[in-house]
Order: sequence, then structure tokens, then C-alpha cells
Amino acid sequence: MTTRGWVALSLAAAALVAAPFVVDRYLLSILLLCLIGAYLGQAWNILMGFCGLLSLGHALYLGLGAYTGAILFVKFGVGPWLGVFAAMAVAVAAASALGWLGFRFRIEGVYFSLLTIAFAEVARIGFDNWSFAGGAAGFFLPVASEAQAQWFNLRGGPYFFYYLALALAAGALALSAFLRASKLGHAWLAVREDPAAARALGVNATRVRFFALFISSAMTAVGGVYLAFWSNNLFPAQIFDMSRSIDLILAPIVGGVGTLFGPIVGAFLLVPLGEALIDILRALGLNAPGAKALVYGALLMIIIAATPNGLWPWIARKLKLEGRGA
Amino acid sequence: MSALLTATGLVKRFRGLTAVDNVSFSVEEGEVFAIIGPNGAGKTTLFNLVAGVFAPDEGEVTFAGARIDGQAPEDICKAGVARTFQIVKPFPDLSVLDNVAIGAMLRTTHMADARAHADDILRKLDLHDRRSQKAGSLTLPDRKRLEVARALATRPRLILLDEVMAGLRPTETDRMVAVLRDINRTDRLTIVMIEHVMRAVMALATRVHVLHHGASIAEGAPDAVTRDENVVRSYLGSKAGAH
Repeated sequence: MTTRGWVALSLAAAALVAAPFVVDRYLLSILLLCLIGAYLGQAWNILMGFCGLLSLGHALYLGLGAYTGAILFVKFGVGPWLGVFAAMAVAVAAASALGWLGFRFRIEGVYFSLLTIAFAEVARIGFDNWSFAGGAAGFFLPVASEAQAQWFNLRGGPYFFYYLALALAAGALALSAFLRASKLGHAWLAVREDPAAARALGVNATRVRFFALFISSAMTAVGGVYLAFWSNNLFPAQIFDMSRSIDLILAPIVGGVGTLFGPIVGAFLLVPLGEALIDILRALGLNAPGAKALVYGALLMIIIAATPNGLWPWIARKLKLEGRGA
Repeated sequence: MSALLTATGLVKRFRGLTAVDNVSFSVEEGEVFAIIGPNGAGKTTLFNLVAGVFAPDEGEVTFAGARIDGQAPEDICKAGVARTFQIVKPFPDLSVLDNVAIGAMLRTTHMADARAHADDILRKLDLHDRRSQKAGSLTLPDRKRLEVARALATRPRLILLDEVMAGLRPTETDRMVAVLRDINRTDRLTIVMIEHVMRAVMALATRVHVLHHGASIAEGAPDAVTRDENVVRSYLGSKAGAH
């Protein structure tokens, strides 16, 4: 990164730390969604952007993480700081099964993506019918008032959740940057670019793909635990839904697949855009169902057509934020 | 002294076609062993059997005394056999330096060491001034050099070169010959090369093995092989006639 890049990053970080003292609760909740979107985008980006495996079913790990954390807390009294490890383990177990099927039987490219959708759908249907976890009627966490805030049980007000989201997003960025520069990161890039050439250079493609799958799914499960304790209610039809998987990957795609800052830029563009569209359309009196999706879709097409490699590479070039080869 | 690489009775069939038909050869440490033959003779398939892309249907491959046939390509590379691809396979979106560093990291703990080693190799192959360029933007001769650089970076004991001279101009060929001769002599690297450019074969090879329709038809010193009646008829002669 160039000096300008570091300055820009420091300014952005300072602004995000200071935001709760400046903005109102509504804006803060939008910033929180941006941060969570950036976090989940980083998780997905490790798998797709670094390792070249397109998952269209990341809702699977999000949902498994959310339900594991919530069930352990409500039914077994296990707090989320401990439950998050169980959530990661469950997600990694599911990812292992998926990876084993995919890599053992050489299910490559789009067929691997279909496999990821199938896994998420199976989970959705399973949780829809699992009465212990509330079934289709949903699973609820006790709502605590802000006065009863217990940070150790992830019970707290908007500021608490905001800073937690900021920590997650910052941690994910740091982890991605660390991994990207590591030997494992370079092995991922090699496998992404050309698996046969990577193997000929001694890279165990199957092993490094498993690592990408494990890290990505575990990170996503952490996001799931966060969402469960933040929203206090879980519905299989929402958390495991295909649209959830798509939502999750739009930010890194728009921001720039395989880049470090793409998922962040994408989330900070798309989340406010979606919110603003609701307001704008309402102001215009356009309350037709689907109008938001239609406009949102059209804007996405324009953005992607204008910057096919994502917004971040374009921004970085224009503002000279990154050095060569970054 | 026992051979470094030995192939015994290798057979590989694709459906009805026998691409490699009972081929045996052995390569001594420090040799430059050339495999020649017309297009479709099974040369690249033979390389793929040695490098672990396919397991042979029959026969075996030993390297440094251990069986390697049927092993995964990455394990064969770790054992000390590197290869280049005839149809070059750069990592197009990565820098030239990263391409080579990925090869080098096989034998290093840290990326910084891998980069330093990659830097040395890029210098040796005249690619150093293009190190921060993306590999996808290289010209074909440079991509050929990159293939060699990446394979060398894994610090092999033996390197399989699949037509690295193809598409090079005569001066570039001479340069590549000089580089290969240097690494063969100073680093004691054993080379097995598939090559159509006879000028390079004659300059480098200690022995030549000729394949035709998947079978071996001759083996020996370059001068002897190029005078061999069978070889002239099936390969060199037909090529000369085409000019």
C-alpha cells in the first residue's frame, strides 16, 4: 500500500471509531450492517477471491453458526463466547463434508457451486422441520433491555453491537491481509489461477482448498452467532435462504473479488444504496412490490458493467492508494 | 552408479489408442536426455506419466531408487522432479515474481526467502526486469522462460522440459541452450527434454531417445541417432521433406 493508502485507511478507521458519537441510531444501524456485510464478504472472498472456489451457499455456515450459538445459549446455558467455538466447529464439519464430496469426486467449477447450494437448501429444509430448534416458526433469544446489558452474554445496546461489528470487520481485514501474504495465501492464488500448474510446483491443491473452506466457513459461522444475538430471532427461511447467500457475495463482487478492500467498499456502497432506495421510492410514491429490487438490480448491472474487476481496483488506481502488484 | 530416473515398460492407453506403448529408458544423474519424435508420438503423455498427471496402465517409474508412478504431481515435485508444460500454464493474474516465488516456497519456510530465491532465478533467465509485470501480459518466449524459471525455483534434482524452445527465435534458442547448459553443469541438474528444435538437442543432449506411434524406435548418442535409418524415415526425413 502507498502512503496515501495508509492515510486513507487510518482516516476511515478513525471515522468508524468516532461514528457512534456523531451519528444517530438509524445511521449507526446502517453502519453496523455495512460492517457485518464487509466481514461476511471477507469470509467468502477468502474462498472465492483467493482460492477460486465459488460458493453460492454461504448461508449454510451463517445459519449453522447462528443456530448453534443460539441453541447452546437458550437450551444449554452456554454463553456465546464459548458457543462461538462450537459454531465454528459445526460449520467446519459441514464444510468438510462438502469439501470431501467436492474434492474426492472432482466436482469442479459451477458443479461445485451447485453442491454448495444443495447443502444450504438441505440445511434450510432440515431446520424447517426440526422442532427442537423451533422449526419453521423460528427460534428466539430472550430480549434483554439495554439496562441489563451483559457483554459476556452478547447482550447489549447498539453501541456494544456496533463496536463488536467494527472489531469483526477489522479482524477479518487483518486476517485476510495476513493470509494473502502467507505461503498458504500464495498456494491459494496458484490453485485459483491454474490447479494443474500449482500441483506441478508441489502445491497440494486439495489440502489448500480444504483450508480455504475451513477458514471461510468458520468465519461465516462467527458472523452467524453475531447475527443471532443481535437480531434475537432466527428463521430457517431467512438465515439459510439462497437470497441470503447471494446478498452475502454481492458486496465482494461489486467491490472486487480477490482484493483486500473490495468486500469493505462493496458493503459500504450496497447497504446504504439499498436503504436509500427504500426511502427514495417511498418519497416518490412508488410502493409497488419489487420496485426496489428492480432499481437495485439495474444499478448493480451499471456498476458491474462500468468496473468489471470491481470498484476497489478502480478507486485504488484513481486515488493512488495501492503500490504496484498489490 | 544406478540411474536417477528409470522408466520400465510404460504403457498408457486412452480408450482404444495406445499413446505410450512399452517404453523403457533410464537417465543417469547429470545427464541431458532428449526425447524426440513426430507430433502425436506420445512424448507429452510419457512426461505426464513421469510427472504424475496420469498413472501408467502398465510399467513403473522409479526416481532416486523409489517408485513414483501413480503418485500425485505435488508429491513427485516434492521428491525432486520438476516439469514445464508444453502449453504454458502461467498464473496470469499474478506477477512474474509471484509466479516463481510460488515454485520457490516449496523449499522455504518464509515467503521472503522464496522471493529472494525467485529473484535469483529471474536474473538467470533474463526475466528480472519484468518481475512486477503480470504473467498474463508476457510474450510467448517470455512465458516459456517463465515455465523454466518456475520449475527451477522448486530446486529439483531432475527437470522435465516440454518443448521449451518452441516459438523462440534462433538467438533466443541459443540463449536458452546456454542457460540450460549452465544449470546442468554448475548445479548438476539432470535434464530430460522433449524437443523439436534439433539444433538445441544436438547442442545439449548426451543421449537421445526416439518415439514413434508411442513406441521406442531408437536410443543413443545424438550423432548416432540422427543417422539411424528408422529415425530418418519416421521423423527427421519426413520433416526435412516438408521444407
